[in-house]
Amino acid sequence: MNKLVLIAGGSALVYAGLALLMGVLPGIELSRTPAGPGVEPLTPLQAEGRDVYVANGCSYCHTQQVRPLPQDKIFGRASAPGDFAYQTPELLGSERTGPDLTNAGVRQPSTVWQFIHLYNPRAVVPESIMPAFDWMFKVVDQAPAGTTPVPLPKAYAPAKGVVVPAHQAEALVAYLLSLKQPALPDLATHDGGSAMPGVSSASPAGAAVASTAAGAPSAGPVPATGGGDLAKGKALFTANCAACHQANGEGLPGAFPSLKGDDVVNDADPTEQLHAVLHGLQGARVGGVVYSSPMPPFGAALSDADVANIIDYERSSWGNHGAPVTAERVAAERAKGK
Amino acid sequence: MSQILGREGEHRAQASVFVAYTVAATLWLLFATAVGIVLAYKFGAPDFARGEFLTFGRLRPIHTNATLFGWASLALVGLAYYVTPRSCGSPLYSAKLAWIGLALFNVAAVAGTIALDLGYNAGSLEYREWPWPIRLIFLAALAVTAWNLIGTIARRSTEDIYLSNWYIVGGVLFASIFSLVAILPWYQYGLGQVSVSGYYMHNAVGMWFTPLTLGMLYYALPKTLSRPIYSYALGVFAFWTNLVFYPIIGSHHFLFSPLPWWLQTTAIVFSVAMLVPVWGGSSNFLLTMRGRLRDLVHSYPLMFIFVGVIGYVVGSTQGTFEAFRSLQEVWHLTNFTVGHSHLTMYGFVNFAIWGGVYALLPLATGKAPGPLGLSLHFWMAVVGSFIYVISLSIGGTIQGLDWMRGAPFIQSVVDIQSYWVWRGVGGVLMFLSHIVFAWNVWRMCFGPSAEAAPLAAEGAAV
Repeated sequence: MNKLVLIAGGSALVYAGLALLMGVLPGIELSRTPAGPGVEPLTPLQAEGRDVYVANGCSYCHTQQVRPLPQDKIFGRASAPGDFAYQTPELLGSERTGPDLTNAGVRQPSTVWQFIHLYNPRAVVPESIMPAFDWMFKVVDQAPAGTTPVPLPKAYAPAKGVVVPAHQAEALVAYLLSLKQPALPDLATHDGGSAMPGVSSASPAGAAVASTAAGAPSAGPVPATGGGDLAKGKALFTANCAACHQANGEGLPGAFPSLKGDDVVNDADPTEQLHAVLHGLQGARVGGVVYSSPMPPFGAALSDADVANIIDYERSSWGNHGAPVTAERVAAERAKGK
Repeated sequence: MSQILGREGEHRAQASVFVAYTVAATLWLLFATAVGIVLAYKFGAPDFARGEFLTFGRLRPIHTNATLFGWASLALVGLAYYVTPRSCGSPLYSAKLAWIGLALFNVAAVAGTIALDLGYNAGSLEYREWPWPIRLIFLAALAVTAWNLIGTIARRSTEDIYLSNWYIVGGVLFASIFSLVAILPWYQYGLGQVSVSGYYMHNAVGMWFTPLTLGMLYYALPKTLSRPIYSYALGVFAFWTNLVFYPIIGSHHFLFSPLPWWLQTTAIVFSVAMLVPVWGGSSNFLLTMRGRLRDLVHSYPLMFIFVGVIGYVVGSTQGTFEAFRSLQEVWHLTNFTVGHSHLTMYGFVNFAIWGGVYALLPLATGKAPGPLGLSLHFWMAVVGSFIYVISLSIGGTIQGLDWMRGAPFIQSVVDIQSYWVWRGVGGVLMFLSHIVFAWNVWRMCFGPSAEAAPLAAEGAAV
């Protein structure tokens, strides 16, 4: 009997001690981590949306932790302990089959896009393998007063009637749009990242990533003399613009404007296009159609050279013939302010 | 005379406990891996099996929890209920408690599966997704099992407590402790919960499945080879080093996260230290098999055990390397991790369980599976899991490198597609092998009686 007490009791005691040391005590200590500046609790609707997120296991494919590594800059600044004060259950996740969502509300602020994407992700991102959450929507003959039907592309729309979000989808999108990293002033230099919330550039080369890391808005010596790097422009377009404007530049009718043959994109004077990319758009009227989706500003996240690369790519693709812009021209427009 | 009859009755009661646990576990294996196939298919055809109750995010935790707490837990407890009485030379403390435990394990797994499918997920926290009342039922099952096993050991007829029982009783007690730590809410807010997740998700695997598997192997391997374990002392040494090092390494699942840097570094250091019990334990098994290669290739139970030991040493060593920051930079959050978890849970735990079941269940029931069923199971499982792990390891590496070179995110989804197809191919082979396993279990439990012991039936020297 003594041996049994020694082996079973002794090892259980050692293990209990270690469980206390490595599980419980760090838990107690870290549970007290105060909220960072600007970190707010969720509204009731957003909290409901978070429950929908948990119930459907979104975090098995989407992380909510930005690591202090160059490849994570596209998702925002590095996560700080204070970011998680109101996050129980924690949703850091362990896999990134899909992109990190820590800053999703800044990267993709369009409610319309979120609804289309949720209804069927392939309607906006053809290569996506995310499940369709169409069961969070209703098909009705006519949208009730005060609700706008989801402007689905024909191939994905039901044969009859229109699609409107059900409560679950409303809550989930409210939660997704709430995912915004507050700026961390004193961390800006700590990890060499820009403290600006928003999309960072996804550059096709490690060196380009490093140059972004050095501080996004002020690009260092840029060799751009107009007609910039089109390959780089295409990659940046895919990472930052294609989700709405689509890879073919045609957008989605009624939801996102086409860039193909667009007057602004083909205008010899690039001012208006530069302004849109740097500062974003709200309630834009394009070709007589008013688009309710806001376009997020990219000025904080993209360098002058990157903005020039994207615009040059847009101006020379899909049959467009706009005059190219230089990084210097972007810098001049940026200097003018909003 | 009545004593002999009593002994006979005890054996029969023990055998039926072993059979019941194994049959239930096998049903869970079929269910869990069928769900796994559906999940694998969705990576190539995301609009397949859509809808609320078949959506990826609900099926994924159903797959992992049914695998861990339905299949592997039941199979290992069933084996423990055979190994512990045998190695103690005493009857099972209470067959009734074993049946109660079986009911509790199954109630928890069924309720947990239904809850997850209805969207009652406790927080998408790896391996503790079941709502807490259901996890309390599982905890009760563990407590019943611990009580029963300790009671059996207390009544042993041998002076010493054989090594197997150190691992088995230890494992059940450790699992009771970490399950409780995971349920109590008071230290699990925000970042605090992240640290508990790191601790829990790792311990759930390595302080439960590993000790029970090793404990079973310390009995099944010498028994099958009719030769003592190479070194008893090495086994004891591996037990204590595993106990001290393993609980510390959980935070390596959250490298580069906002968890304190020292916590992450400590986890990395002890991940390296884990090489000591892993290599110590596995070389103990390999040295026990040394010089008996001829027996090995003539005995499927031994082949399964051999693959299990190789899976243990390769999977755990890979785990140590994955914990390095330099390699985590590439592999963290990619499908490489999924390959790793299957290398360890499948390559190590599953193969060892199968070896144990094929070695011991025929001894309990007097019925053996046929050589065709054994070879089909073995080869499909080996080839299938090899394809599975290799394809996800390559695909995961490509994902990580895509991110590092700054490709648009969607590129990493496109580039891994063909490796997901291969993963599906491996997965289908694995699933087919489980159907054969179920057939073999049927033969061992309810099939025609065999005259000879399984090894002799295989024509191997004993």
